[in-house]
Amino acid sequence: MRSRWSYVYFLFYLLLGFVLLFLNNELSKAVITLMNVIIVLVPLIGTIFGVMYYYNSKEFTELLLAQPIKRSSIFLGQYLGVAGSLTMSLVLGLGIPFVLYGLFQSNAIWDFSLLLITGAFLTLIFTALAFNIALSNENKIKGFGYAVLAWLFLAVIYDGLFLMSLIVFEEYPLDSLSLAATMFNPIDLSRTLILLKLDISALLGYTGAIFKQFFGTGLGLVISICMLLLWTVLPIWRLGHIAKRKDF
Amino acid sequence: MIHVENLYKKFGKNQVLSGLDLTIDQGGIFAILGPNGSGKTTLIKAILGMVIPNEGSISVLNTTIKNKWKYRQEINYLPQIANFPGNLKVRELIAMIKDIRQKPSEEENLIALFGLEPFLDKKLSNLSGGTKQKVNIVLTFMFNSPLIVLDEPTTGLDPLALIHLKELIFKEKAKGKTFLITSHIMQFVEEVSDEVVYLLEGKIYFKGSIEQLKTKTEETTFEHAIAAISTYNHHD
Repeated sequence: MRSRWSYVYFLFYLLLGFVLLFLNNELSKAVITLMNVIIVLVPLIGTIFGVMYYYNSKEFTELLLAQPIKRSSIFLGQYLGVAGSLTMSLVLGLGIPFVLYGLFQSNAIWDFSLLLITGAFLTLIFTALAFNIALSNENKIKGFGYAVLAWLFLAVIYDGLFLMSLIVFEEYPLDSLSLAATMFNPIDLSRTLILLKLDISALLGYTGAIFKQFFGTGLGLVISICMLLLWTVLPIWRLGHIAKRKDF
Repeated sequence: MIHVENLYKKFGKNQVLSGLDLTIDQGGIFAILGPNGSGKTTLIKAILGMVIPNEGSISVLNTTIKNKWKYRQEINYLPQIANFPGNLKVRELIAMIKDIRQKPSEEENLIALFGLEPFLDKKLSNLSGGTKQKVNIVLTFMFNSPLIVLDEPTTGLDPLALIHLKELIFKEKAKGKTFLITSHIMQFVEEVSDEVVYLLEGKIYFKGSIEQLKTKTEETTFEHAIAAISTYNHHD
């Protein structure tokens, strides 16, 4: 069942890649359109698949728990199974059309790789968050609701709050605040990273300039990647932690 | 074989086990009895490490089991409700468990014994409750382990399968294995068990042979003795 869905997901990206290339007729433009899709869709799919998979394989988990296997290996294995197959679908589904279109001969290759890397990170992060939520909630409907809310918060509401705070406190210098706020949301972080890499930070205005100053340097890039890694590692660590204490 | 000391477990506000002590020696069949919700399954799951106790210690085969998992290699467990992943075929499930246990197994005889050959290529979601329970039994008995834990093994079995199950239990017992069995079918318990452990309100209320239980309660049949022991407490 899970493999069937990851094929659908793969085919979706394959189709998306071809359609975007066909419509845009240019690699770098397609990358920009793709970014908007990836930033919102990848976390959503990761969240929903993670929660669905966890609740669907509950019986399987209980069967495994009575066998001589370490608890953390059961849950990490399931997590890596879901997150891994989603990442594969994303990378292959988008990679194939772009490679066929002549990605290696173009200068968009680095932009594109960054896009895929952040996409992979977002998948890992949101699947881990979804597993955390599912593991903490026995009730399927509640778990599903919380997971979707978490996605909605990070993808949409967070930005709204962020903008409102910028308007309310506009008299104060906000560079470091907005930098920090961006860091604490993996979706914002990924978006900023890609936008800056695409060199369209002019669109971001004043803050864009500060961001450019920060993210454009090697240090900024390293810090953002570290933040993404942290966002991945923390939920996975918590996953192992809860799994050890949970009763079945 | 199994040593449980001062075991406490709470689910939310519901105190299931409260200071339970139990020692099970090697060899023989021990029936764990008690009214619904008395903590039988919780005790078994605690021994298997599926439920983490709030307090107390459990040791199996002379090692404490906290945060360990290798000892489960020595336990065969039959869960109460045969909840199998529905998208697997019976054959695939058996192969998968064999792959996990990495132990020699003798599933062919068991499959033949319970007449499961026609179901091997069917998906588990399409099997009836009784057939699932037979698959469950095959999975439990196909490995050679010193400790066998059966949680309600008779659920849904037809009379013939029940006879086979009893034979299987006696055959394994003759090899010196230890059984922990829970059941609400008193006739079955009386037939197979050597010793009875009666759980009430999270503690061991009685432990001894069926004869001892009958003398204690002054009843002539086992079924009435169990009924008497459960009502005893309500009068205190």
